[in-house]
Amino acid sequence: MFNIFKKTKDSLERTRETWLGKINNIFDRPEFDDSLWDDLEEVLIAADVGVSASLKIVEGTKYRVKEENLKEASAVQQALSNEMVKILKSSSEESFALSAGNPAVILVVGVNGTGKTTSIAKLAYRLKQDGKHVMIAAGDTFRAAAIDQLKYWGERLEIEVIASQPGGDPGAVVFDALEAAKKRKAEFLIVDTAGRIQTKSNLMEELKKIRRIIERSEIKPQVLLVLDANTGQNGLSQAKYFTEAVDVDAVILAKLDSTSKGGVVLGIADELKIPIVFFGTGQEPEDLSPFNAEDFVQALLEK
Amino acid sequence: MFESLTDKLTAIFDKLSGKGKLSEKDVDAALREVRVALLEADVNFKVAKSFIAKVRERAVGKEVLESLTPGQQIIKIVNDELIAMLGGGQQKLAKADSPPTVILLVGLQGAGKTTTSSKLALNLRRSGQKPLLVAADPYRPAAVAQLVTLGKQLDIPVYSDESTKKVDDICKQAMKRAKEIDATTVILDTAGRLHVDEELMDELEVVKKAINPTEVLLIADAMTGQEAVKIADEFNTKVGLTGVILTKMDGDARGGAALSLTSVTGVPIKFVGVGEKSDALEPFYPDRMASRILGMGDMLSLIEKAQEQYDETKALELEKKVRKAQFDLEDFLDQLQQLKKMGSISQIMDMIPGMSKLTKQLPANASVDDNQLKKIEAIVLSMTPKERHNPDLIDGSRRRRIAKGSGTTPQDVNQLLNQFRQMKKMIKQMSSGKMRGLKMPGL
Repeated sequence: MFNIFKKTKDSLERTRETWLGKINNIFDRPEFDDSLWDDLEEVLIAADVGVSASLKIVEGTKYRVKEENLKEASAVQQALSNEMVKILKSSSEESFALSAGNPAVILVVGVNGTGKTTSIAKLAYRLKQDGKHVMIAAGDTFRAAAIDQLKYWGERLEIEVIASQPGGDPGAVVFDALEAAKKRKAEFLIVDTAGRIQTKSNLMEELKKIRRIIERSEIKPQVLLVLDANTGQNGLSQAKYFTEAVDVDAVILAKLDSTSKGGVVLGIADELKIPIVFFGTGQEPEDLSPFNAEDFVQALLEK
Repeated sequence: MFESLTDKLTAIFDKLSGKGKLSEKDVDAALREVRVALLEADVNFKVAKSFIAKVRERAVGKEVLESLTPGQQIIKIVNDELIAMLGGGQQKLAKADSPPTVILLVGLQGAGKTTTSSKLALNLRRSGQKPLLVAADPYRPAAVAQLVTLGKQLDIPVYSDESTKKVDDICKQAMKRAKEIDATTVILDTAGRLHVDEELMDELEVVKKAINPTEVLLIADAMTGQEAVKIADEFNTKVGLTGVILTKMDGDARGGAALSLTSVTGVPIKFVGVGEKSDALEPFYPDRMASRILGMGDMLSLIEKAQEQYDETKALELEKKVRKAQFDLEDFLDQLQQLKKMGSISQIMDMIPGMSKLTKQLPANASVDDNQLKKIEAIVLSMTPKERHNPDLIDGSRRRRIAKGSGTTPQDVNQLLNQFRQMKKMIKQMSSGKMRGLKMPGL
């Protein structure tokens, strides 16, 4: 656990310099007046937390400060972090865990360029390290060379990738991969899908079809949405539309290694109650860690 | 929950327009809502702040508040300021004094550089250029293969060399190749990199020095949040940007990044990516974008799109009919059948004045998407030409016949007719000058 925590902290180092360094500065004042709360709201918004979630956090913190008569900057900071953790946890009280099956199917979805293929490689590596038998279905038959990209990872990680020709029917690939995974007694089949803009109904229908194909084998897929940590409030729309189409179970927050804030996950947890389960931090297979609300918030807020 | 900025601003200003006289307090209340709308659209919070200050300064003057139409005056101010914020006029790509013109594409991972480079190449070829694509991303697995595949699909030459990871060497060799094949434009597709990754940013500097590009374009994802401004700023400081291409504008991203980038960095947006197809790249027009954001539609883009697909007389006819609110269901059907060629229906709807507002007023299940399009088409096809010309003819029994013929319900038919009537009314209001405080872009 300590390692994971350290990792969260390291990867968020930059974020803190630019963002929460500011929060710390904010509390560094003799008196907590209204301008404090305005400033606080502004920093939260600057971190992509969104207007409504920011207001909720600020109001919650304000209430605690008043109720508990908090005077110390550190106590107010603690109250703030508690509010943020509360929101993140409200979505993940029943903790989400990937459970093996014969095979268990993990369907990975998201808009273009969020980092689905890389996240899949990392997730497969992680499961393999845990001693699981993992296979990957190359369901992105649309983007040029997406299959090559996945095959590269497959070779590097020694994980079998089931693919068809570029331009083929993704449903057929998934069907074939399911058959292969059953035959080889794989415990996990991770399904890659083409990136799609969430408002394109024909592409979302295609995704529904993929889900139906999996369900026809009496398997309930675990659907993971890959979200780019640089995404702003559109992240909410992504989570909403993908959930409507294929019932997203959890979010992977990718590219948290930049100065990206990932604040929109607070909005997603608050409005849509979808838990965040992993976060990605780099280009290497091991750069994927379980998401922990306290660690995430604490790493952000710690001086 | 996901109202667009357009819808919000329209609602806010409808409220203002309804009032006879405005006080400073009214203006402040409206501007507070504008601020929230801007922030929810991912406009940078600093940009939103200064934007509001600018609008307020102009809006609380006597000439505005005591005029007959203060609400509309303020919308006009917001419109003007939006255009200014978006960079004023349209900016074209620069050309080198002696060919080839070299275009360096840079950006974060997943912004859409490779896809955009092929779109740009196609765009340039269509305007008479001879482009060469260069795969200058030796890091991402299969990035080279992706560009080679796209080049093959479009029949555009691609230079690649997988034997080296030295990007400046690749680019120098590519320039030689360009001379050999007489390419007039060279498009360099570089690896995605974080703006804070010093090593990779240095690499870009080296490449820039080695080949001295005419254009350095940042490829930026329209869905980016508050960080967009910082990203653009860092790239601009390190490698000196000459422009931005905003990608993934075909979704419901509210484009706050677009609003903020230019005003902070001074770097103009030159193109926007609006779809998965290779030709889904459009020039960026600040005035049209501003009017789209304000819910005034984008008639000019609509007409241009129509021109691309029809002959000119037909396009003029459409323009005339739309302006005079004279078009009937026959024209509507004609439009519908051409729509598929022109893009997704939501894109088109956004361009029609008042349409985005109109679709908001309909119940959620009646919102127009591409499935709805098929249904509407079936309904209109089941009408007689006479009915299409004069929908008032349609009574109960005709309605039942149409429903049966199109495999829908009489309610569906009714809904369509109501929708059509509302749309006509809306357009009539627009063209009869109820919005007279405003100049329709280009009209």
